[in-house]
Order: sequence, then structure tokens, then C-alpha cells
Amino acid sequence: MSILKLVDVRKTYGDHVAVNDVSFEMPRGCVFGLLGPNGAGKTSLIRIITTITRADQGQVFLDGEPLNNLHPTQIGYMPEERGLYKKMRVGEHLLYLAQLKGMTLHEAKQQSKYWFEKFDIVDWWEKRIEELSKGMQQKIQFIATVIHQPKLLILDEPFSGLDPINTRLIKNEIDELHHKGVSIIFSTHRMEQVEEVCEHIVLINQGQNVLEGTVVDVKNQFKENIFEVNFEGALPDNIENYGKLVLQKGNTIRIKLENVDSNIFLKHLLDNEVTIHSFNEILPSLNEIFIKQVNEPHLVST
Amino acid sequence: MSKLWLIIKREYLTRVRKRTFIVATFLTPIAFALLFAMVGLIFSYEDDVALKIAVFDEIPALNISEGSSKNIRYIYPNDSFETVRNNFDKSGYDGILVIPKMENISSNKHTVYYYTDEQMSLEVKVNIESKLSASIREFKIDSFGLNKKELESLKTRVSIDPQPINADSADTSSMAGVIAAAIGGSMGLIMYMTVFIYGMMVMRSVMEEKVSRIVEVMISSVKPFQLMMGKIIGVGAVGLTQVAIWVVLIPIFAVIVNFIFGVDAGSMDNLPGAMGDPNLGGLEEMDMNVGLIMQELAAQKWWLIIPLFIIYFLGGYFLYASLFAAVGSAMSDDMGEGQALTIPITIPVLIAFYIMIVAVRAPNSTLAVWSSIFPLFSPIVMPARLAFDPPAWQIALSIISLIGTAVFFVWLSARIYRVGILMYGKKISFREIGKWMFMRA
Repeated sequence: MSILKLVDVRKTYGDHVAVNDVSFEMPRGCVFGLLGPNGAGKTSLIRIITTITRADQGQVFLDGEPLNNLHPTQIGYMPEERGLYKKMRVGEHLLYLAQLKGMTLHEAKQQSKYWFEKFDIVDWWEKRIEELSKGMQQKIQFIATVIHQPKLLILDEPFSGLDPINTRLIKNEIDELHHKGVSIIFSTHRMEQVEEVCEHIVLINQGQNVLEGTVVDVKNQFKENIFEVNFEGALPDNIENYGKLVLQKGNTIRIKLENVDSNIFLKHLLDNEVTIHSFNEILPSLNEIFIKQVNEPHLVST
Repeated sequence: MSKLWLIIKREYLTRVRKRTFIVATFLTPIAFALLFAMVGLIFSYEDDVALKIAVFDEIPALNISEGSSKNIRYIYPNDSFETVRNNFDKSGYDGILVIPKMENISSNKHTVYYYTDEQMSLEVKVNIESKLSASIREFKIDSFGLNKKELESLKTRVSIDPQPINADSADTSSMAGVIAAAIGGSMGLIMYMTVFIYGMMVMRSVMEEKVSRIVEVMISSVKPFQLMMGKIIGVGAVGLTQVAIWVVLIPIFAVIVNFIFGVDAGSMDNLPGAMGDPNLGGLEEMDMNVGLIMQELAAQKWWLIIPLFIIYFLGGYFLYASLFAAVGSAMSDDMGEGQALTIPITIPVLIAFYIMIVAVRAPNSTLAVWSSIFPLFSPIVMPARLAFDPPAWQIALSIISLIGTAVFFVWLSARIYRVGILMYGKKISFREIGKWMFMRA
């Protein structure tokens, strides 16, 4: 059973349709990229999943149950726009947020101790939030998001404002949670991070679900049969019969094969005594797919 | 429920533990007490330079030297007026008082002359006038051969003792009206200040949560309504704590400070008003009044006034604090821009305050009666009328409409709040806020 399932979810603000009949399923235990340009409706969608707002129409199922008021305790949400009470002390702040997530004071203390030791920040407990640097605050924010051991973690631009060291730290934690079986929604418009982290993506544009699937499937869906060959020797003359040369640079070519299986092309090269150093299919980057989808949505045919 | 409780606890504790709260709570009574003491000291302050005044008196048997006090001594010199006048600098006198003969003893006007090289102070002028007026009176009584006792009995002090028209009404003393006005006025003032101070506190705090972006983290765990109510109740509890501490501490500090500075109520007699007519016996009347005041205070129906006051306090606070919360949620980082949004809230509070002042003087006027029922004004106006024993139906109607309105405003504000706190970077107008009320969450 999928951890999260959306069926025809719709949300309007006045005349503006923020979420337009979006449906998708998120497999349990995966890292799921929720992608889309600014203003696409990602935050509106997340707010519906986290029960901050309610959908006008459609249904949301968490772990097979329709969304209800008890679910927030099973969700950890780190919003893009995030902050903490500046005047509070780090320790009491974490305990407060943890208790609001339904933990007892005792559990909250145990869990915060675990995370403080893990991040080696035990001496921060009595500090005030305003005394911490922005990066330090982000760490506290992250702990606050995961302290109640949620089934579903929603991270909205989790790395914005983080330096490379903290980025790696948080990324490692995300990996670790992933291995423990936590389902993670990762919302961003930074595509290189998505390729690194996500297994499954959904692309939202103008409130609509325009693309969905595993990263591999999506890339394959948009692949253009381009192959890169690194070789030594002379290329056969009739190479253009197999496809269109897109690039020729020294001992490297890229060719867009037309109606030809790549093995046949490779065999043709080998038969002509070309020494092959490498032979790769060039898959489009998510970034290219993203830009293409957002700029030319009418060209999509899946 | 437990989440609401957690929020209330945090809102309360973070404020109460703040140094500024502790300082304000304990320094304010001290400041008040010191202020009272200063005022007392200032009014009890007499000229510390003893004046010597040479008196040349042409009215026989008028011995003004008996009227000498610590500060002003009247001396009949042995030298002649010319001698003293010509050697004034060396004589050691600060002034020369010349009292000419009375040509016509029936005249009720007499002019005397005062020679000095300085400006005559008000204290000297008042002292000479009152002493002379008393001395001349004695002189005239003797001259006319009048009976002093009969004369004293001509003066009659009239006081009114209000009587109840039937047995049900309370028997009150002449001080009742004044005491009721004092109680009413102070309760109205407390209400007015509370609504403003703590309402504004709620507004600022809502705005800060929005600006610091903590609010989105919060409402992924709790309902916006819980967050808003938790804040309103928490801040309200802070207000009650502060007011309660003040009610206890201000009298205590006032007593301590008075003890230290040795200022007593009697010194207030030196206030300009009491100075005018020494024949009225202001002090005596004052003493009698203290007794009456205590008696009147004890006679108030506190068992009714205090619970009602708390009801109005809570009703008024919830009504206005929720509106302030709604406005706070609509504000952006720009505080100045948002300030305009508070005007529709502050205006009724101000109007209520002025009506309250009038209601204390005329508690049963049509204006006072209807304002104490109208829910936007009643939290401030009705407490001012409580000590005047308003009819039960007015109180009942007023409380019902206040509670109804407070519940409605809390509901309405919650609708604005839940949209407002998530709305960033939009210029907010009243039209916009109006739309939020009808938006689905």
C-alpha cells in the first residue's frame, strides 16, 4: 500500500486555482521529489497534505486512511519559510514542538538527547535561539521536524541557506532516515539535488500534475535515442544512414539513432574496425525535462 | 485540549519569565508609590527660610504676634517705623507690615501695607491675610460687644443623608455617590488599560510569529484556532497576574514609602484648595470623611461587583484581543503600514472610555445605560456603573450581549487569522480581510 495517495485534489483561492485536480501515489519508503517552478502549487499541495488547509475537492489518504486530525503527529514538515521563537531556549523549544506533536515530556527529552548527542551540540541546550547562527538554527529546525519519528517527512527546500558542510550533514541524515524506512517528500526546484536524492518524482506546473514516475522511467520516457561514442580509428562513411550526427568533436561523436537498435549500430562500428572506448546512451537530465515541461507544456505527449 | 494547554503555558511562561515583565511588574508599584510620596512631599513643603516681619500696628488690642509660626514670625519692634525702614538692610527683618487704623469699624475692607526688598511670596501673602483677617474679626467682635458663641452658631454646615424610598433599596450615606464614582472610575480605567496593553501585546506577538515564520511550523502541529486561543488566553493570564500583583503591591509600597518619607494624609491640607478659608475647619471634615469612606467601601456589594467585574474583564478582553489577533495576522513586516488597521479597534475603545467618564457622573443617563449594554462599550462602561447599583435586567442584557458578541468576534477573528498568518507579501486592505472571512480553510 502506498504511504500517500492523492485523488483529484483541488484547491482554489478566490479565482485562482492553486491545485487543479492533482492525483498521484507515493510508494512507501521512497524519497519522492515534488517538483515544480515557483508558484506551481507545491506549497498549496503540501499544506493540504499536512492538514494546514483542506482541499476543496478530492481525497488524500495517508497510509490508506483518509486524512484526519490525528495525522499531523505522523508527519514531519519542514516548511520553506521556517523560523523559531527567537527568545526561547533551544532545549525548551524542542520539547515544546515535540509535545505539540503528541510526545510525552519524557519521550521528548529522550529523543532530543539522542539528537543532541548525534549532532554533538549538547552544550546548546540552554542557549537562546537568537544566539545561534542561521546554520545552527537549521539544525535545530531539522531535529524539530524528525524528533517525533514521523512516517512521512516533508522537506520544503531543505538545503536553502545551508553551507556545504551542513548540507552534507542533513543529506546524510535524510539518507539514514530513508534506510530506516521513512517516506520522504522532497520539494524543490533545484534539479541537481533531485537527481542525487530522489527515486520517484512528480512534476507540478500551474496546479497540475504534468509528469510522474520513477526517475529512471521519466528519463527513459524523455530520452531521444542519443548515443555518445568515444572511439579510435576512422568512422565508416555511411554512418549518417543510422541517424543524425548531433556532435562531432575529436574522437567523440553523438548520434541520434533513427529506427535502429543501438546494438546494430555498435556492431556496424565494430565491423568497420573502429576501436570503441566507450558507448553510452545520453539520457536527458531532469533539469532539461523540467525546463521543457514548464516552457512547452503543450508539446507533451506521453 | 492538551495542545491548547501547552500553548497557553508557553505564552504565559515566556512572558512572565522575561526580565522586562518582572521589572515592569515590580517597578511600576514602586514608581507609583514614589510618585505619591513625591506629590505629598512637594505639597507639604514649606518655606524653609524663617521670615521675620516687623509689625507696626495702629489698631489697638490687635496682637498679631500670636499668629507667628515656624516660618513666619511677627515681631513688634521697639524702634520707630522710619528707623527700621531706613536701616532695613541691617535690621535683620525680611519685611515690614504696616496696619493702619480702621476709620470705620463696620467696613468689611481693610488695606494694610507690606514693605520689602524682595518679591512677596504667595505663602507670606496668604499667611498675613488669613492671620489679619482672623485677628480683625476678634477685634470687631470685641468692639461691637457681641456674643462669640451666638456668632459661631450662625455658621451651619449642611450635609445630605440620602434615604431609601422603600425598604429594598440600600441605605446609603452622603459619601456613597462619590465612592461609587471612584470605584466605577478606577474599574473603567483598569478595563480600558487592560484592553489596550494586552490586546496590543496579542497583536504584536501574532505579527512576530508570522514575520519570524514560526507560524507555519506551528500550524502543521496545531489548528490555527488553538494557536490563536492559546495566545489570547496565555496573554490574558499574564494580564491578570500583573494586575493582581499591582493591586496587592501598590497599597503596600504606598504605605512603606509614606512611612519612610513621613508623609501623611494631613499634609494634603496644604493643597491650594484647602488653603483658602481657614474657618471651614477642613481637617476636621477630612477626618470624618475617612471614616465614612471606609464605611462606604465596606458597604459596597463586593460579592456582586467583583465577579461581575471579572466577567466584563474576560468578555471585553476576549472581544478586543481576538480582533487585535486578527489584525496582527494581517500585518506584514512593515509595522507602520499595519498600524492603520488597528484604528477601527481603537476608536470604539476610546469612545467607550469617554462615555465611561460621563457615566461615572451620570450613571443613569440614557447614554450611560445604553452604552453599558452595547457590547463594544459595555466592558468599559458597565464596570463604571456597577457601584451605582444598576437594575438587574440591564446587567443581564449587557452580559448576554457581551458574551454573544465576544464569541462571535472570536469566531470571526479566527476565520481571518487562519488565512492571514499564511499570507505573505500582500498589501492588506479591509476589503482583502473581508474576503478572508468567507474563504474556505
